[in-house]
Amino acid sequence: MEYFVQQLINGLTLGSIYGLIAIGYTMVYGIIGMINFAHGDIFMIGSFVALATFLILTSVFGFAFLPVVLLVVIIVAMLFTSAWGWAVERIAYRPLRGSFRLAPLITAIGMSIVLQNFVQITQGARVKPLPPQIQGGITLMEGQTDAGTILVQLSYMQMIIIVTTVVLMTGFTLLISHTALGRAQRACEQDTKMAALLGVDVDRTISLTFVVGAALAAVAGFMFLMLYGVIDFYIGFLAGIKAFTAAVLGGIGSLPGAMLGGLLIGLIEVFWSGYFTVEYKDVAAFSILAIVLIFLPSGLLGQPEVEKV
Amino acid sequence: MAADNGAAPASEIEAGHSQAAAGQRPAAGAFDWGAALRSSGQAAFLAGVLAFFFIGLRTDIAPGGLVLSFRWLGLLYAIIVVFFGRLLLETFIFHAASTAARAIAAIVFILAVVGMMGYDVPGSRLANRALTGAILGIVVVAVLYLVARWRAGTPAQRKTATAEAGTSAGLAWLARALTVLLLIIAATLPFLITTFFPGQQRQYVDLAILIMTYVMLGWGLNIVVGLAGLLDLGYVAFYAVGAYSFALLSTHFEAIGFWTALPLAGMLAAMWGLILGFPVLRLRGDYLAIVTLAFGEIIRIVLLNWYEFTGGPNGISGIPKPTLFGLEFTRGEGGFADFFGIQYSTIHRFIYLYYIILALALITNFATIRLRRLPIGRAWEALREDEIACRSLGINTTNTKLTAFAIGAMFGGFAGSFFATRQGFVSPESFTFIESAIILAIVVLGGMGSQIGVVVASVAMIGGIEMLRNLDFLQQIFPGVDPVQYRMLIFGFAMVAIMVWKPRGLITTREPSAALKERKKIGADLVAQGEGH
Repeated sequence: MEYFVQQLINGLTLGSIYGLIAIGYTMVYGIIGMINFAHGDIFMIGSFVALATFLILTSVFGFAFLPVVLLVVIIVAMLFTSAWGWAVERIAYRPLRGSFRLAPLITAIGMSIVLQNFVQITQGARVKPLPPQIQGGITLMEGQTDAGTILVQLSYMQMIIIVTTVVLMTGFTLLISHTALGRAQRACEQDTKMAALLGVDVDRTISLTFVVGAALAAVAGFMFLMLYGVIDFYIGFLAGIKAFTAAVLGGIGSLPGAMLGGLLIGLIEVFWSGYFTVEYKDVAAFSILAIVLIFLPSGLLGQPEVEKV
Repeated sequence: MAADNGAAPASEIEAGHSQAAAGQRPAAGAFDWGAALRSSGQAAFLAGVLAFFFIGLRTDIAPGGLVLSFRWLGLLYAIIVVFFGRLLLETFIFHAASTAARAIAAIVFILAVVGMMGYDVPGSRLANRALTGAILGIVVVAVLYLVARWRAGTPAQRKTATAEAGTSAGLAWLARALTVLLLIIAATLPFLITTFFPGQQRQYVDLAILIMTYVMLGWGLNIVVGLAGLLDLGYVAFYAVGAYSFALLSTHFEAIGFWTALPLAGMLAAMWGLILGFPVLRLRGDYLAIVTLAFGEIIRIVLLNWYEFTGGPNGISGIPKPTLFGLEFTRGEGGFADFFGIQYSTIHRFIYLYYIILALALITNFATIRLRRLPIGRAWEALREDEIACRSLGINTTNTKLTAFAIGAMFGGFAGSFFATRQGFVSPESFTFIESAIILAIVVLGGMGSQIGVVVASVAMIGGIEMLRNLDFLQQIFPGVDPVQYRMLIFGFAMVAIMVWKPRGLITTREPSAALKERKKIGADLVAQGEGH
């Protein structure tokens, strides 16, 4: 029981990270109907920016008050990473708007290769370890098993991750439902051509979608860095595929679906490694993707696609 | 220096699209310096923002944790290169600026490069550095000038040229002649190499084998993507199945050599094509792509973790080399050289491998061309164009899709067992997603469905990237920079740039497989390519 609760907490934490990345996929897919393959690498860029900002603040300027430092790190990471998101869209996707569907997929894979190798060349291929900055936590439950006492811990870092995700999701939902940008975004999602006719600046809306998606991915990158303490240039690939799986599981195009899918994928992965084998946890996630797409192509909260002849 | 290589192509790519978006160009002479400087400034600012955390500083592991080091000079260079590079593009590519404007932009660009090279690169004479900088700048300007000249031919002129090409029988004859010429070159390539480059024959024959392998994989994937329109991002799985089939068969059974294992590997791969194809029958487009990607990764992870069977990350070694009717390519008694009474040389084995892959690739090509004319091939192409119409006309889409997967996978399996015998060693590392991406890129960049396009794209991408290994002079210009490191970066940029420049691929016209009365070339934009409908 205690083990189960502990895995549940770990799964929700990991799921929050996947959910934040998944939003970027689902928004882009909703508007322009392409898989933004480079989004996982944007997440990686975000974690590198967060790491560098953290080091600048602590070792160069010598700030020691952690809450302020972390807040500044999140904001800087969001700003700089969204610049990357914007640039990727501008360079690789906008020129191909209206082109056939495979072209942006190829440039997306190209951009993914470029980002990975750019970071590998400029920052080196070795992993970057960061010692845990926030230690400790609260003990929720205590139980006795054959192996000894088992503690169910909710670490402060996990609390921060879950609270930040909830705050960001609330803010993001308000952004989509109550602002002009959100209205334009929803309009473009329904019908790009009609939205353009009614005076919505489609290019600008799509750019802003990439910016918002990248900013959320940057927060996910920051959380990944703080939770695991190890990043390298390749983390974006797996995280990206799993986040895309999450988006599909939740129903692509649906924002609450992305978050739900993220949480589910996180839980599945953690429980699989907790109760079965760690080696095959990625196989579990990918199999879920295949199974969902085969039996429930529109996902949990998505709307079925109607095909007109 | 990383800055220069990293940032410059980015602005070049921006070039392509804003031209494409704008469509019309202002009249010559009316060059707006203000606008050009403003957009160059914006590009430089963006480059500064993007490069700040990556070029401007670097984190490294040191005793006692991570340390930061700053590279302000690199950041400054990145910004300068982007600013002046963009200005150059504004004058040469985006707008047809007057010669005076172009000259000014070119001169400031060359001066900037000379300045940067003159300041940097310690350990050589200032005059030498400045001279290298000047040459570098002039080369860039010259290339841009040629591109601008080529573009200056009006679009209308170029269009009529291609339209004529589409109908004239003369061009079809030319294409045939070209194909024959390419075949002759391919057939004699090892001997051309040994004659003209005796010093580097092994390296070049090896490169030819590598390119030929990708040509074969490209042709195999072309059946799935180009003909049947099923977007497969996990093609490397079948390559892996082929390679491991041969590796396992040959290491467990003494009697099985390359030639017996080859059909078995192809059959096993085809079977896996069916197994993986079956669940995804209902999926289309991007969904199909992502599920095939997931299958590819699952196979790789299983190969990586199933120690008892596949050897895990250590892979399988000691895979036998192919023999020529039982003759081994070894020194001494009973070997190939001994039997024919010629001087033993290691190059014989490489040449033999080259001919094997050439034969396999040509079989793939021949089979594809023939299949296209059979009912099944026509069904593939019909499926690519419109699945619903296809079904209404009574075509069994399930069988059509499954045969495409299986036949594509079979050729992937052949290529895989060739790969295993060439390397003598297989491990899961060789079958990562990036391989699938490269093969798909070759198919799409070549122009989907085009057989010759695959060859062009393979030679350009694989050959071009491998050539970077030999560019020693680059290391003299930029000491401390290893061009090999930049291979994949340049590969990625090339993928983006070619797609932006020609979204339909390099070879954009093709002959229809079936035609009424007269064969007219059709533009690729008339074909629904790989959208999985």
